[in-house]
Amino acid sequence: MKYLHLVWASLFRRKTRTVLTVLSIVVAFILFGLLNALIVAFNRGVELAGVDRLVVQGKYSLTEVLPVSYADQIRGLPGVAAVTHAQWFGGVYQERRNFFPQFAVDPASYMEMYPEFEIAPAQLQQFLATRTGAIAGASLARRFGWKIGDRIPIQATIWTRADGATSWEFDLVGIFEGRDKTARSQEGMLLFQWDYLDEARQFARGTTGIYIVRAQDPEQAVAVAGAIDARFANSQNETRTGSEKAFNQNFIKQIGDIGFIVQVVLAAVFFTILLVTGNTMAQSVRERIPEIAVLKTLGFTDSRALALVLAEAMLLCLIGAALGLGLVSVLVPRVAAAMESFLPGLGLDARTWLLGGGLAVALGLATGLLPALKARRLRIVDALGGHA
Amino acid sequence: MNWVMQVWEISLGNLRSIPQRLGTSLVIVIGIAGVVAVLVALLAMGEGFRHTLASTGSDDRALVLRSGANEELASGFAREQADAIAQAPGVARDPDGRALVSPERYILTNLVNRANQEPSNIPVRGVDPVAFTLRPEVRIVEGRMLVPGAREVIVGRKLAGEFLGTGVGDSVPVRDGDWRVVGVFESGGDVHESELWVDRATLDGVLRSSAVGSVMVQLEDAAAFDRFEQAVADDPRVNVDVKRQSAYYAAQSEATGTFIRVLGTVVASIMALGAIFAALNTMYSAVSTRTREIATLRAIGFGGGPVVTSVLVESLALALLGGLLGGLLAWVLFNGFTVSTLNFQTFSQVAFSFRVTPELLVRGLVWALAIGLVGGLLPALRAARLPVTTALREG
Repeated sequence: MKYLHLVWASLFRRKTRTVLTVLSIVVAFILFGLLNALIVAFNRGVELAGVDRLVVQGKYSLTEVLPVSYADQIRGLPGVAAVTHAQWFGGVYQERRNFFPQFAVDPASYMEMYPEFEIAPAQLQQFLATRTGAIAGASLARRFGWKIGDRIPIQATIWTRADGATSWEFDLVGIFEGRDKTARSQEGMLLFQWDYLDEARQFARGTTGIYIVRAQDPEQAVAVAGAIDARFANSQNETRTGSEKAFNQNFIKQIGDIGFIVQVVLAAVFFTILLVTGNTMAQSVRERIPEIAVLKTLGFTDSRALALVLAEAMLLCLIGAALGLGLVSVLVPRVAAAMESFLPGLGLDARTWLLGGGLAVALGLATGLLPALKARRLRIVDALGGHA
Repeated sequence: MNWVMQVWEISLGNLRSIPQRLGTSLVIVIGIAGVVAVLVALLAMGEGFRHTLASTGSDDRALVLRSGANEELASGFAREQADAIAQAPGVARDPDGRALVSPERYILTNLVNRANQEPSNIPVRGVDPVAFTLRPEVRIVEGRMLVPGAREVIVGRKLAGEFLGTGVGDSVPVRDGDWRVVGVFESGGDVHESELWVDRATLDGVLRSSAVGSVMVQLEDAAAFDRFEQAVADDPRVNVDVKRQSAYYAAQSEATGTFIRVLGTVVASIMALGAIFAALNTMYSAVSTRTREIATLRAIGFGGGPVVTSVLVESLALALLGGLLGGLLAWVLFNGFTVSTLNFQTFSQVAFSFRVTPELLVRGLVWALAIGLVGGLLPALRAARLPVTTALREG
């Protein structure tokens, strides 16, 4: 620690060079932070999944419909604590760009299945009592400036009304909030009465999209899933049941191996930074050969010389990393707010900081090692004589 | 000596002395190569996706969907409406006078992705034999054609590599059990190569419904579209939207294509910033190690302008080399590489190949040169403003 001043002074001997190198490192870590925030956002949905919740969908495709009569049959199976269902609506609000998920649900059982979505009891009562009622997540309401009592018109792209029209209207009777960060990332949706959808739609009456089931005992979830699928095997509408976690993960995984692409890009970036920083360190040591020789004459040991150079490299990388990640932690909340509609949950987590710190240390070691070894091996006589 | 000659002489000297500064010079080259490689690779991914969709469909074919439906998946209407559409003006007819219209059905099933073992949404298209007459670009490359009435599947060529169970003789889940794969087809590299095709009548039987998902219509020519669209709009028996087939598919690549393009540009921009700092670093050190040489040149009469230009030339030359290297890397490693992703708009998988086009390579070079320019400018200006006498004295 007492040598910090020496290390600091060595670093800033050539201000421009050091500043530029630090800036390159800052940029690399900004990219690292942003891409990791992206991964965190993609994994948010996975975290929301309750361990004890299962999703039942059509065996061949999520887009198949299931008879709503399955609800009672599932409820009657051993190990099932609660059942609810949801039908994707997929309508357009004003224009396609305004996309947000809409689901037709059974209000009472749905809100019970998802206690992480909190709503004022009076508003929930209103939702249960109003046929055309709908509730929206807080962030969705903020996005469009909705207030309770507003009429929300939505154009259906899938569910034509019985009279052939495609416009549906809902009365906003409540706004729900997620109770923690993960649940808040799900606030971007609109929920309305399945009864209303079913009575007014032109086709697929008496059906729903997916069932969500809570198992009495999370340990038995797999067995319950098996029982549900067995119940409907060889029927007209066979099912496939899995954990909610796997269900959420499936969407992300279908987009592609995002993690892999991110890692490849980051590897390319850090390789470049390695070159830049390594070059800087090598140059810096080469220029200071006489100085290091003088230090050794004064009594600094070989190992101490090595340590000094290594410390220099580490300090450089740690400063760059801290600045870079610090900048990202300031930027991300702003970006996250802007992207809330398409990509909720953008943020930095502990893992990112830890990984970033580890990378900074590794970078410092990698770039400082060779110059440090050179400093250690330096013979005073050769160095002072000008032919080291 | 005139200006151009001065620049030429100094630049030559600079470039010839690069081997003395090999380490730092390589930093620029490799740094910029990295930026260009990442930029070109990511944009090639976006371009490949866009091309696969855009090359689907043609101007002289129309796609008819239920009114208000944006995608085939959401569309469905009664058989009678399909019959009415076939009678509209503008529809081409075969030598026997039959209307060239293909009613089709579009649903999703799940196949397992070979790469990550995940079940993925794969489109199943129910077609009549007339569908092949309307699509001369579709050819069986392995196995045989479908036999009407049988639970058989022909697989799009791009699926074969990416998803399990898609070889001739294998079985894939469609509805009500597995159906047998009897052939593989190609379709000019378009989005149909990511689909499973089955006999429509058989599928209707299994689904217990004869509703039609969409109707593809061969028009007499591209200009007949307006006539056809007007007639269909005026017909009270039908409630449909008509789009040019090419326009429909091009529009489908918008969301995902834009996402990939934006991602690629943002990542490459940030990398470029890092590369600029690296280039600045290198060029500053290049200038500072040759302070005496530059001062000497100035002392013997070379102008400040040529000195600045020569430093820029050096920087640009290194950047150009980096850009070429990066482009080559992207081309060798990624061109033709096939991946599959979920099209947000249609909710189904699209398999496509990265396309490293000449246009993208040029764009990569432009970025490289821009980085070289920015990275070389300030150091060049510093070189020009060196006070000659003090610089000469500097050891």
